[in-house]
Order: sequence, then structure tokens, then C-alpha cells
Amino acid sequence: MKEIVCKLLVIGAGPGGYVCAIRAGQLGLDTVIVEAGKPGGTCLNVGCIPSKALIHAAEEFGATRQMLAGKNAMGIRVEAASIDLARTIAWKDGIVGRLNGGVSALLQKARVKIVHGRATFRDGKTVEVETEVGMQVVRAETVVIATGSEPVELAALPFRGRVISSTEALSLAELPKKLVVVGGGYIGLELGTAFAKLGSEVTVVEAMEQILPQYDADLVRPVARRLGELGLRVLTGAKAKGLSDDGNALAVETSDGQEHLLPADRVLVTVGRRPKISGSGIEELDLDRTGPYLRIDDRCRTSMRGVYAIGDITGEPMLAHRAMAQGEMVAEIVAGKQRAWDKRCIPAICFTDPEIVTAGLSPEEARAQGYAIRVGQFPFSANGRAMTMVSEEGFVRVVARADTGLVLGLQAVGAGVSELSASFALAIEMGARLEDLAGTIHAHPTRSEAVQEAALKALGHALHI
Amino acid sequence: MGEFTIKMPDVGEGVAEAELVEWHVKAGDPVKEDMVIAAVMTDKATVEIPSPVTGTVVWLGAEIGDKIAVKAPLVRIETGDGETTGDVKAPPAEAPAKATDSPPPAVETDTRPVTKAASVLRHEAPAPAEKPLASPSVRLFARESGVDLRQLKGSGPAGRILRDDVELFIARGEVPSQPVAIAKRTSTEEIKLTGLRRRIAEKMSLSTSRIPHITYVEEVDMTALEELRATMNRDRKPEQPKLTVLPFLMRAIVKAVAEQPNVNATFDDDKGILTRHGGVHIGIAAQTPAGLVVPVVKNAEARGIWDCATEMGRLADAARAGTATRDELSGSTITISSLGALGGIVSTPVINHPEVAIVGVNKIAVRPAWDGTQFVPRKMMNLSSSFDHRIIDGWDAATFVQRVRVLLETPALIFIEG
Repeated sequence: MKEIVCKLLVIGAGPGGYVCAIRAGQLGLDTVIVEAGKPGGTCLNVGCIPSKALIHAAEEFGATRQMLAGKNAMGIRVEAASIDLARTIAWKDGIVGRLNGGVSALLQKARVKIVHGRATFRDGKTVEVETEVGMQVVRAETVVIATGSEPVELAALPFRGRVISSTEALSLAELPKKLVVVGGGYIGLELGTAFAKLGSEVTVVEAMEQILPQYDADLVRPVARRLGELGLRVLTGAKAKGLSDDGNALAVETSDGQEHLLPADRVLVTVGRRPKISGSGIEELDLDRTGPYLRIDDRCRTSMRGVYAIGDITGEPMLAHRAMAQGEMVAEIVAGKQRAWDKRCIPAICFTDPEIVTAGLSPEEARAQGYAIRVGQFPFSANGRAMTMVSEEGFVRVVARADTGLVLGLQAVGAGVSELSASFALAIEMGARLEDLAGTIHAHPTRSEAVQEAALKALGHALHI
Repeated sequence: MGEFTIKMPDVGEGVAEAELVEWHVKAGDPVKEDMVIAAVMTDKATVEIPSPVTGTVVWLGAEIGDKIAVKAPLVRIETGDGETTGDVKAPPAEAPAKATDSPPPAVETDTRPVTKAASVLRHEAPAPAEKPLASPSVRLFARESGVDLRQLKGSGPAGRILRDDVELFIARGEVPSQPVAIAKRTSTEEIKLTGLRRRIAEKMSLSTSRIPHITYVEEVDMTALEELRATMNRDRKPEQPKLTVLPFLMRAIVKAVAEQPNVNATFDDDKGILTRHGGVHIGIAAQTPAGLVVPVVKNAEARGIWDCATEMGRLADAARAGTATRDELSGSTITISSLGALGGIVSTPVINHPEVAIVGVNKIAVRPAWDGTQFVPRKMMNLSSSFDHRIIDGWDAATFVQRVRVLLETPALIFIEG
């Protein structure tokens, strides 16, 4: 097959890679993108999008079941509730399929050439792609590595049979009666909660003393309380040791050193993700690393000239929107523009019930960095819109510099707070002060009023509390 | 209120004085027990000095770059109790034990004002490593205009830099409107060499002024070795490190110096004595954030490939972290210099005095080679090696490098014993 020679080669069409390629195409760069699977990467195919579809379906079904039980505060009752999981999965696959097609169409519109197949580096500027019709060599002036990450496998619990990763959990044909989730981070809790709402008996096993260990206790408390209400069992300080001899249960060692057997139809292991580096010739390039990740500078350059890396392969936070911003930046740099990573924050969301959203610094982080701070927190129990939606759990919290009132961080926990992430990030990027948040009219009645009220509270004159 | 004097500790190794390389505090600063107040550097290792007491710094006894004798007063700290003098013991972890002897209530009451002072100070000081405060659009405008926002003071609320600030900055001519590359620059900056940098400078002057260097460059076909290395890396056990070219080179050097013992030697030119070494102690020139250091893989002749790699990795980590001991940084009998991916085509390595040879590794590149009928792509690497010409004749230097070349090109030979 004839060699392809191009200006920019992007390896991996996940959110980082495809955004990079689209932007490069818009800027008139001769761009090729290589992808072994369907376009959209982990996020679109086995991550953000399908999990949010499943979570939403579970949410709806859970609410309906509650109506059945007569516990609905608004007086709605139903006679029967059932779910056809096969249709749910087909509906989810439909959404994924539409978005796959959307990404392909956007790439084509930007005149990006898509090569389907697995890429292997021959050298820093040349890859071999095993396509269906034979070996395709692509040679480029500049290469962007965007190969992403994959679920970490535990040596004691390899992925096979009833031990599954998040990927398989999103395509189960049958609802597990008893599901054990190993790892109480955001992926495990999001999926564990969804399965509990769909009707599974769910146990979460977390090695640390707190679920969602990266968040502070105030943000986690409403989530932990809701897990209890939903009937999820949470074992903290517990280690998964492996399947029992008959394979029907998970052996767990609790903090007191005792071993327990948890019966399980499925064991979902969500203990983190690791960069996809091996098997693609990246290792042989001898690029500098930071731990297991490729080391990059503020322009996403690796230690090899003309080789960039973006997304999960460059480390935490492993978030689609970080990868997208990196991808866009790299495309503009390759096109000769002056760009560098100067973002002040990367918002992060945990789609548990209730949701958690964070942007910028938590109070502890701000103090640790030497700031004298003011903190304002406003509960949704004092917010009218939250009451009308029967979900008053949670709060909005703002962290600001004590001297200038500059907003350093915004966090919230509560139903639907993920949509607040936009105003949180905007406030921090724009360098807003508490007075800016307090002085902006927030429409009534909405949950967003809690943002304004939290700022007012930090200034010492909240109105509605 | 008492005053506590911290004296220059005995840092061991029979060192009588050490160079002050860093102050972590200044006069007026509050210090807590166990907090690092200064760093001093002996021949090769850097030692951090912690405060054994809580209090406020009232006097600093030296400036950065000064050499301080052991037992000389270093810092005076105003404390709550009556203790007036103290020696910091060399292993810093032991030092605080003494200070905790003071009755806890007294410490409690007396430290309160200090803590208060700390929060006031913190309030005034600009927050650490802060990014310039500007909206994304202003950041973009500045970047495209070649303005470094760190040079600006913002006129907006909370010191926010506005677009007007950037435009004013440009209009005042503080930024060349032309591309930065063709602007004239007239500023100069004087930097006093201290610590490791000064030591490197001294060592390099010594080596180049005393040793007449001869440098010999030869190219090596690394194709077979690279295949072997890839296979070994693929099949390695989880606890085994990833192999670079260096462990192979180390083993090849071990073999080659066995035939030419003059190369693995140190030369005392004052006395006119050449000492040949039975053990092959290979220094590996390593870049650290502070500069060049040379950790030493001891007795490479008694180590296998994997062992060489493990030891080298351990030493490189220790050197970068600044925790390498004096012993780990001295005693080499021959040195390897490698810049990895930055290896270039040819280099002229400087011999690590009093050794007589240094082997420089240049980068591997695929180059066309004539195999008799056609050009074939081969992975080629140059070795640029320098020798002390007083000891090693050109003929001997060439013989040595050629032997190393043969070993690397037929890597099985590296593994054959006897």
C-alpha cells in the first residue's frame, strides 16, 4: 500500500485526538487520524456517554419504583414498574452510535483522513497501521499520541467470567442479582448506584477509610447517606482478596483482619485506569515518563521533538474535557500559533446521587497552598427550586482569598449540580471575586441561586439563611 | 525569652567545613521545630539542617556561598524557654529529641504570638507560584502579542490584568512590537556560582588543564544489540528494570578493560603513579536539577546485565533526589557519559580526573549501510571516547574502542564467559 505522508498524525480518536484532528483540519493542516475501534474513544464508547445513559435510565426507573412503593411525596402512584434491560442497552447503544457517526462526520467535514486500524510506531515520525486491507504506513512531520487509558486489572481478580470492568458493566444483557463493586471511586459508585436503582443488591468494597477519597468529607457525606437509603452496602477499609474456590463469591478482608465471603453474580472492578502505552511501539521511543505516564510540558510536548501527547496517557486528571482542551491547544501550536497551557482550573464531576462538582481549590487545598481564605456555604434545603424538585440534599461552597475576595474554588453536592460546573469554571477562569458572584443576578427559582448566596455568605450577608 | 544558637553541625566524613548553599529562612521568620532552615554542601552530598526548636529567627551567621567551619554559629533563634545554645546532630532526625525536653505548657503559651505573626506574614506575602490573574481572552491576547503577563500589574479588581493593561504595556514600548527574536537586548546578569555548580566548574578546570585529552570516535552497528534489548525488555520479569543500552556497554567495558588494564586506572600525576584497578567501578554521568553528578556502579565486573541496570537506576534516582551518599558518588575508575536521546553525533567528553578514560555515548540513529550489494538500514551509534594521552597511546585507545565495538555488534560475546 502506498505510504501516506502528512503534516499531522493523531493516534487515537478519543475526545483528545478527535478534537485535535478537527481543529487541525480547520486550520488547514494536512491531518491523518488513526483509530483501532470506533471514533470517540473511552468517553463516547465505554465511558462518559454510555454510563450517563445507564445512570439516567436507572434514575428514572428508581423514581418509578418509588412511586410504586407509595413513597412518592408528590402523590404520584403507579400500579406496576418493570424494565427491559435489553431495550435499555439498545437505547444506550443507539445514542453511542449516533455520536460515533457524528464524530466521523465532523472529522470528514474538517477534511481529516481517518485510517482504521491499530497503529504501531516504527520511529517517532512513522507508524504502521494494520488495516483490514493490509499494512498502511503513515509518515508525519508531527505526531500526537492520544492513545488514552484502560481499566486497571487486579492480579487477584483478572477480568474474565463474572469479574468485569466498567466496559462490560455498560453492556450487561442481564441484571446481576448480587453485584459487588471493588473500588469506591467515582466510576464504581456511579455504576454501583445505577445497578442498585435497577434492582441489583450492591456491595461496594473500598480499601481506603472513605469512599470517593479524593473529595473532602463534607462533599461525600450526602452521597454516603444516599447510598445507605438505596440499600447499598459499603465496606471501607476492606481489601478484595479474590474469588472463592467455587467462584460464586468474593473473598474480602475487612479492617479488623477478618475474611468474609460476599456472594456475587458479578464483580465489577473499578480501581483506577492506567495509560495505554504498551504494545504500540511507544515504549521503544524511550519518551520520558512521570510515573507511568508520558511526561509533557506546558505545550504538551514529550521529550521527543515533534511528538506531542494529550489526554489520559499524560496522567491525572483523566477527564475528557482536559484531553479536548489539550487537543485543541496542540493543533493550534502545530499550526504555528502561540499557545500554552494556562488554564486555572479543570472542573470535575462525579455523577453519583447526588452529584458532586468541583472546580479550583478546596478549602484544605487553598490553606495548604498558603492562602488565608474565606469560605461560604449555602444549603439546598434553603433553596426553593430544590424543594419543588424533592431533592434538598447538598450545598454550594465557595472558597475565596481573604484579602482580595478572589474566588479560588467552587464546589457543590446535590441533585443536578453538574450543570453548575460551567459557571464555576467561568468564574475561576475570569478571575471573579466574591462580589462578582454576589453582584450577578441569578434567575429565580433555580438551584444556581445557591451560588450567589454562597458568595453572599462568604461576604457576611447571605439573604436567605 | 531565651535565645538558641544553632551551630554548624558535624556532617561527618571528617569534613571540617561546608558551603552554605541555601537559606530556607530569613531574619524575622518564625520557625517550627524540625523545620529545615538551611542546606549546606560538603564535598558532594547536600545536608539539610533542621531547627531543633520553635521560635523566631533573629540572626543569620552566613551568606550563601560562604564556607562555614563545623561548630561555628549558624543561626540564632529566639525561643520561649531558657535554652541558649545547642548543637544540631548530624542525622537530622535525632535533633528534635533535645528540644522536646522543655515543658509542654511553656511551649504552648510562648508559641502563640509566633503563630499569630505567621498568619499575618502569610497574609501579606503573595501566594506561592500564582498564575497571572487574567481572563482567557486577555491571556490569549498577551500570548499572541509576546507579552509575559507575569511582568504586569493588573489594574482590575483583585489585581486582575485587563486588556487595557496589556495594551498600555505594549504602547509604553515595554514589549517590542516586532517578533522577539530580532529585538536588541542590552541587559546582563551576574550569577555567583555556588554549591554543585561551583564544584563542577572546579572539577572541569582541573580535568582539562591537567589532562592532555585524545578523543577517538568510532561508529557501532547496534542493530543486533537493539533486537536483543527489545526481546529482553519484552520478556523481563516485573521486578526487573527496563534495560537501556548502558548496562550492555558497562559489561562490554568490563570485558575490554580485562585485556587492557591501563584503561581502567587512575593517574596521580603529582606522584607519577598509575594505579590499575582490579575492580571496574563505572561512573555514570547523570544530569540532576542542580547539575552534573557522577554516581558510581561499583564492581561492575561482578554484576550481570540486570544487576547493572538495577543499580544504575537506583543510583540515578538517588542522585536526582539528592540523597546519594558520598560513597555512591566517588571511587569510579572509568566513566560513561550519555545524553540519551540528546546524544548527538559526536561529543568530546572530559575525563573524570584522576581517571584516564571516559566513554561517551552518542544517539542511535537509523543510517544506510552498504552491505556489499545494496544499502540497508542499520541502527548506528557513535562512541566518542576520550583518553589521557600521557598514559594511553592512540593505538591503545583505538584498540580499546574497537574491542568495545566488536562486543556491542555481536552482543552474544558480552555474555560468553572466559
